[in-house]
Amino acid sequence: MYRFIQTVLMALFLTVAATPWVRAEEGLRDLVNALGEAKLSNMDEHIAALARTGDPKVVPILEALGEGNLYARKADGQVFLTDGTGSKLALTDPVSGDSAGEAPKTALSKVKVNNSVRRAVRTALGSLTLLSPDRDARLKAAKSVLQSPDADALDAVENALAAEKDAEVRALLEQARATSLLVSDRPVEEKRQAIRMMKQRGGRDALPVLSSALGSADEALKPDIEAALANIEQTQALWAAGQNVWYGLSLGSVLLLAAIGLAITFGVMGIINMAHGEMVMLGAYTTFLVQEVVRNSYPGLFDWSLAIALPLAFLVTGAVGFAIERGVIRFLYGRPLETLLATWGISLILQQSVRTIFGPTNREVGNPSWMSGAFELGGLTITWNRLWIILFALAVFAALLFLLKKTRMGLQMRAVTQNRRMASSMGIRTPWIDALTFALGSGIAGMAGVALSQIDNVSPNLGQGYIIDSFMVVVFGGVGNLWGTLVGAFSLGILNKFLEPYAGAVLGKILVLVLIILFIQKRPRGLFALKGRAVEA
Amino acid sequence: MITSFLVKSLDRTIITAVAILLGLAALVPALNLMTAPDHPLHVPTYLVSLFGKYLTYALLALALDLVWGFCGILSLGHAAFFALGGYAMGMYLMRQIGARGSYGNPLLPDFMVFLNWKELPWFWYGFDMFWFAALMVVLVPGLIAFVFGWFAFRSRVNGVYLSIITQAMTYALLLAFFRNDMGFGGNNGLTDFKDILGFNIQADGTRAALFAASALALAVSLVITSGIVRSKFGKVLVALRDAESRTRFLGYRVEHMKLFAFTVSAMMAGVAGALYVPQVGIINPGEFDPGNSIEVVIWTAVGGRGTLIGPIIGAVLVNGGKSIFTAAFPEFWLFALGGLFVLVTLFLPKGVVGTLQQHLARRRANREAARKNGEAEFAAAEPMAAE
Repeated sequence: MYRFIQTVLMALFLTVAATPWVRAEEGLRDLVNALGEAKLSNMDEHIAALARTGDPKVVPILEALGEGNLYARKADGQVFLTDGTGSKLALTDPVSGDSAGEAPKTALSKVKVNNSVRRAVRTALGSLTLLSPDRDARLKAAKSVLQSPDADALDAVENALAAEKDAEVRALLEQARATSLLVSDRPVEEKRQAIRMMKQRGGRDALPVLSSALGSADEALKPDIEAALANIEQTQALWAAGQNVWYGLSLGSVLLLAAIGLAITFGVMGIINMAHGEMVMLGAYTTFLVQEVVRNSYPGLFDWSLAIALPLAFLVTGAVGFAIERGVIRFLYGRPLETLLATWGISLILQQSVRTIFGPTNREVGNPSWMSGAFELGGLTITWNRLWIILFALAVFAALLFLLKKTRMGLQMRAVTQNRRMASSMGIRTPWIDALTFALGSGIAGMAGVALSQIDNVSPNLGQGYIIDSFMVVVFGGVGNLWGTLVGAFSLGILNKFLEPYAGAVLGKILVLVLIILFIQKRPRGLFALKGRAVEA
Repeated sequence: MITSFLVKSLDRTIITAVAILLGLAALVPALNLMTAPDHPLHVPTYLVSLFGKYLTYALLALALDLVWGFCGILSLGHAAFFALGGYAMGMYLMRQIGARGSYGNPLLPDFMVFLNWKELPWFWYGFDMFWFAALMVVLVPGLIAFVFGWFAFRSRVNGVYLSIITQAMTYALLLAFFRNDMGFGGNNGLTDFKDILGFNIQADGTRAALFAASALALAVSLVITSGIVRSKFGKVLVALRDAESRTRFLGYRVEHMKLFAFTVSAMMAGVAGALYVPQVGIINPGEFDPGNSIEVVIWTAVGGRGTLIGPIIGAVLVNGGKSIFTAAFPEFWLFALGGLFVLVTLFLPKGVVGTLQQHLARRRANREAARKNGEAEFAAAEPMAAE
């Protein structure tokens, strides 16, 4: 029917192309004015005629009719949208949308409505938006039917389904039809088909519809519904597990970022750097400073602030690390326990310095636009900032691996850590390499700080929260092995997130710690232990 | 046997230290209780409590010194044993409140009533008796240290790995005690104590007695550790500290010896915690903070690890400094503490006492050498004179 009208309208459009809008408006005005003269009994015909035009202007008219804001002028029978209370009403022309002045209430007569008119209005509105030429509007209308299934909307949905060509909207409409069908009084066989359809689609919002239908459904339908429910619940559980894996990966990437610098300083050099967390914290504060400058001076660059902060954080924390190595740690080589104490002292000093300069409270670091928001992937909700952090962690890992394995500097680093005296005999400046390696590890911690500033509070205590976890990751993965750190970080992250639903967040964390302690008993050198002489060094 | 143990365990320094401690245990309460407040020698009660607290810290540092200074185990979890002892004492003190709590429940402590608990959890049974609580003060930390050490030392986890997993242990305990469901008061811990052994915990007399008890406990622990360290067993401990593999190859069961030292040390830490809690009036999960354990290490390092009186002096010095500093310039305390960590490890690796001892030993050796030289010269000169 609608297509027929569309074709007719199209033909009209083509023939009277010169004055199409005037014609259409005149037709619409006649239809609207007819409302003023119509009786309650044949009102629904007029409403249907209006709806058939498919004109978006009809929507506010019908809405006004439903709310009782449509009045006809007694003098000439013109119908207006009205606004206001009291004796005078503001008039709006229904077709042009222009203001038409004011009129005393006595000069107007209200277009009458009762419940059956209101129902007709609702159906017409639903099908109107379902038929709207705007794709987004149709999508929205289909979603709203899907979320609140209504037997009355069924006809409209089926009409729209017949006319719909867009695949995504069609899929939504079919689902909406199925949900509405279940609450209607259609034959059993049709309902069974609808159930099968919902079962295929799955999704959390199908569950309440199905379970409420279970109560009132025919005996014949009950096994179908129950099977569908079980099926959907199973898929949901699978998606939930998938979501847990995702959260675990996300936590793992955070652990990896925090631990990867430590894998260099502790894993490769054997230095217990308790100030590692403070390097992360300094990186986060660098981000804060960069954003302050950008916000005050170049607000247009805000989306680039992280890209600017990244190299700066690397340089700042790298320089601090260099200074620490030259100033303190180099006097303590071969005395790991003393190094632990000295770097703990440094961490206290750094924390207090930041607290003195920036204050003890959290500082606000904003998310650039490309890091905020989320998207859906099947049954998973994926936030952009977590995704970027996972990618960033992997990128840092890859870059570091490349640096260690493929560059001259990496070669020298490995030579020095494996056999210092031999390396020195070959002409490598071992003290210089020590300082550079430590600076590299610290710089990476600083870059981690840039990323972590996006998901954590930037406060002087930021680093403390990561230090124990990072050590756990490195020890668990195996000292001196970057791959071990990667595997360690992600497996601890996923383990943590899988324990959380059963044990709660805190108890889950305790369990992970206990498991690591037990694991170290079994394999004192971690998952991927170095073999050979390096072990005894 | 006991006398021979005592005789062996004492040298001049230890005797002096024990004598000073016993003297303090008698003198300070006397000066606090028996002199008028305006008397020039009067010791105010707050100072008695403050120094009582320092003495418990000193005991904790001494316990750490036994494992770190003589056994090479850097435990970053000793504050956990301290806190466990403290919680055992705190539970006794909570049960002593009885019906005087704000909810007036004769059996349940206030926080349990607040959490709508209906009955006492099983692990709170027995804590209404002092002897049981006192037993738990040593047994619980001892047992945890034993189990933990049994696994760790048997699989030869040592050096920094051990430090890191002890830190993980105290961190796990910290998280656990923060939970309300654990039944230890959660975030707020245990507080509002009324009396101990029937004496009002706020009274001057009780505080003086607690000070004396702390001094006494420290003196006894000093004698015990000195006995351990100076025995043949202690000599092997030092040997395994310096060359663990070699000691093992000589046929000693290194892991058993470490386990013994670690467990004794944890028990001493537990006693320290138990004496600490009634003097400060509260115990909460913050005591498990890994930072606290590391702070204990610096007390020991400042005083001098591997010396027995060093940790005692270090604990009193650092904490005295902390009290003065935090009152005068609160924001600079962390700078001072951090600087202390760096400077002591760089320039005073043996600590104050160790450096002093080294200095004295060198002077004595010099004097000895000089005397020998003099005798030799004299001997050499004699025949010439005879000629």
